Amino acid sequence: MNQGIDLQRSFVELLTGAGLPQEVARAFWLPLPMVVILAVVTVAVLLAIWGERKWAADMQQRIGPNIVGMAGFLQGVVDAIKLIVKEDIIPRKADPWLFTIGPILVLIPAFFAYLVVPFGQNLIISDLTIGVFFLVALGSVAPIGALMAGYSSNNKYALLGGLRAAAQSISYEIPLALSVLSVVIMTGSLSTIAVVEAQNTYGMLSWNVFKPIVGQVGFVVFLISALAETERAPFDLPEAESELVQGHHTEYSGMKFALFYLAEYANLVLGSLMATILFLGGWGFFVPVETLAGWLGVDLLNPVFQLFAAFLGIVITVLKSTIFVFLAILARWTLPRVRIDQLLDLGWKFLLPIGLVNLLLTAAFRLAFPGIFGGV
Amino acid sequence: MSTSWGRGEANGGRFTWNEKTLGAAMSLIETRTERMVLNLGPHHPSMHGVMHLVVTMNGENIEDCQPIIGYLHRGIEKMAESRSFIQFLTYANRWDYAATMLQESLTAMAWEKLADVPVPRRAQYIRVIMLELSRISSHLLWLGPFMADLGANTPLFYIFRERELVYDLFEAVTGSRLMHNYHRIGGVAADITYGWVDKCRDFCDYFLPKVDEYETLITNNPIFRRRVEGLGVVSQEEAISWGMSGPMLRASGVQWDLRKVDHYSIYDEVEFDVPWDTRGDVFARYVVRIQEMRESTKIIRQCLDQLPGGSFENLEAQRLLGGPKSEWNAPDYQFISKKPAPNFKLPAGEIYVRVESAKGELGAYLIGDGGQTPWRFKVRPPDFVNLGLIAQMVSGSKLADLMAILGSVDMIMGSVDR
Repeated sequence: MNQGIDLQRSFVELLTGAGLPQEVARAFWLPLPMVVILAVVTVAVLLAIWGERKWAADMQQRIGPNIVGMAGFLQGVVDAIKLIVKEDIIPRKADPWLFTIGPILVLIPAFFAYLVVPFGQNLIISDLTIGVFFLVALGSVAPIGALMAGYSSNNKYALLGGLRAAAQSISYEIPLALSVLSVVIMTGSLSTIAVVEAQNTYGMLSWNVFKPIVGQVGFVVFLISALAETERAPFDLPEAESELVQGHHTEYSGMKFALFYLAEYANLVLGSLMATILFLGGWGFFVPVETLAGWLGVDLLNPVFQLFAAFLGIVITVLKSTIFVFLAILARWTLPRVRIDQLLDLGWKFLLPIGLVNLLLTAAFRLAFPGIFGGV
Repeated sequence: MSTSWGRGEANGGRFTWNEKTLGAAMSLIETRTERMVLNLGPHHPSMHGVMHLVVTMNGENIEDCQPIIGYLHRGIEKMAESRSFIQFLTYANRWDYAATMLQESLTAMAWEKLADVPVPRRAQYIRVIMLELSRISSHLLWLGPFMADLGANTPLFYIFRERELVYDLFEAVTGSRLMHNYHRIGGVAADITYGWVDKCRDFCDYFLPKVDEYETLITNNPIFRRRVEGLGVVSQEEAISWGMSGPMLRASGVQWDLRKVDHYSIYDEVEFDVPWDTRGDVFARYVVRIQEMRESTKIIRQCLDQLPGGSFENLEAQRLLGGPKSEWNAPDYQFISKKPAPNFKLPAGEIYVRVESAKGELGAYLIGDGGQTPWRFKVRPPDFVNLGLIAQMVSGSKLADLMAILGSVDMIMGSVDR
């Protein structure tokens, strides 16, 4: 089932048609997805920041940003410009190398992960066969950056923040991976495309979140651990402003701080997209595309319908993940922060056993009811 | 202060080897960890001003804590010695800038008691209304930052929504929102304004559902409960022997409220309960303060009903109707007994007066020597005394708990340092 729009082939055909050799045309294609990823993620982050400010303002009976752009829409852009032109300070006794590498190491995995996020059948940069594993693996790089930042700042608050970030990421990676693994068991593949496709055979009913018991338990475990992995309130211990001032961000200014900020929201959007892909059927509409084509009375291979389906896929993916972004914002502005020992308790003593049991249950269910749980 | 805040115990500035430190040093060698001395403050987001805590930490655990205060010392007590009452009143506002009316009232009461000046009943009722409004505004300004210390930022915006209305009420009567300068010897500076009683009643009607709203948002939140329950426990004996007062004392199981104990002003003429709790932890203090806001609203409502002369519009109309000989011109219906001269002389003598402030027993020791200015004016700020046990309360807890405990004490550094 690999029909549909293949942008790469069309692009290469277009250029070879204009007289370019095929190798050159392919070389022209190479940077395009990267640029698209950079642009899309940056725009998504700006939107998430704007959404957070507006929603938070609504919750707190304020107006929020309303000067720059329509309803403060461009406030994030202005903030970015301000941060770019701001002086970049490296404390005298800081370790300049680690201090610089830290924020980069936090940001790059967040952007890398978007390589395997599908927005549609072929709307993916690279369909890795180990896509899901790739996502989980990248998640464990960022804490090293946070630790570097915390250690190199030569600041006690930053050090505590970095240590907290490391402890938190390590503890929540395991339940996260376990809940993802149960999805992988149900799918039988590590490819993100395969994960989504397996959920769209019967439309909404085959979404992983609606798989009896294991789907819901895995979903909740995933949501909690993903929220903890993105280090946002109520799990924002590394930068708990009432205790650690700003945690490992404390000594950063200008663009380096902006990298941290960008990474936080890129991770938030990424976590939401992951939840969408793994549990809510990714780009899938409430009914399968074939049924939709049948209702509209058009051929599945009709180019206009293909275009419509691709567009629908993007919109559906964005809408579904917006729900999760909204949930995260809701949690952040409602709940108090948990304490570090309570956080670790929740991870190790509650989510980890539940995740393990869930994984075993999934395997057992797959053997017992292969029709529902994706067995052959 | 000679200090050695090195590794080990910062023991009142002296480093002493005793069994505890020696044992700790032994375990240091075993685990190869070093203690970290963290200077929290004076510039730190949750130090409520300029508190400075030198915290000795072992990982996330607090082993020792040494508070350093005095960064906001302005010598207000000394200033009182060269100022007459009316000159000093503006300073009185500025000890505890969260509950301004209470300090004004205390200062006025000190002068009145020493000089034996009567206060008309209407003036006393107006004062009590203002005091309770001030108590509400102080508790509100405690709740918001306390929740912000725990990491929930939204309640801060909710409390300011209500606090603005208290400001508005103050502004309508005194002309200023924060530093009122409203009390005078023998009464208050001006009568309440036209329509103010209705406005204040509206506020009471509006405010109680909002307190319920806070409770819905905060009280049964599992994260909040786990953060504050059983934390920073002060036993009944400790609370008494450390001289604690106010919500800190009442949360530790002592039903002690100066409004009931001292029978000052007209508090005997209104009915209210003294909220108290026996748990003595941070959560108990939260419960007591939330409940106190409700009780204060109850007091304000009763005072508005029983206000001698009623609302300003009623009083004016009755006076016009009755002419110059009207009974409504009686002393009880005045807002001030007799306007004191600016060079009002304090008689020789000394007196200690105290009021139940939002934070506890707010006392003043006034010595007059027959001149226009006091010979000595000593303030007993409640939060300064309540803060005394902080080192003991936080030792052994986590760094995040320190903020919760410190927040639950409810101190204003302006009042602690004066």
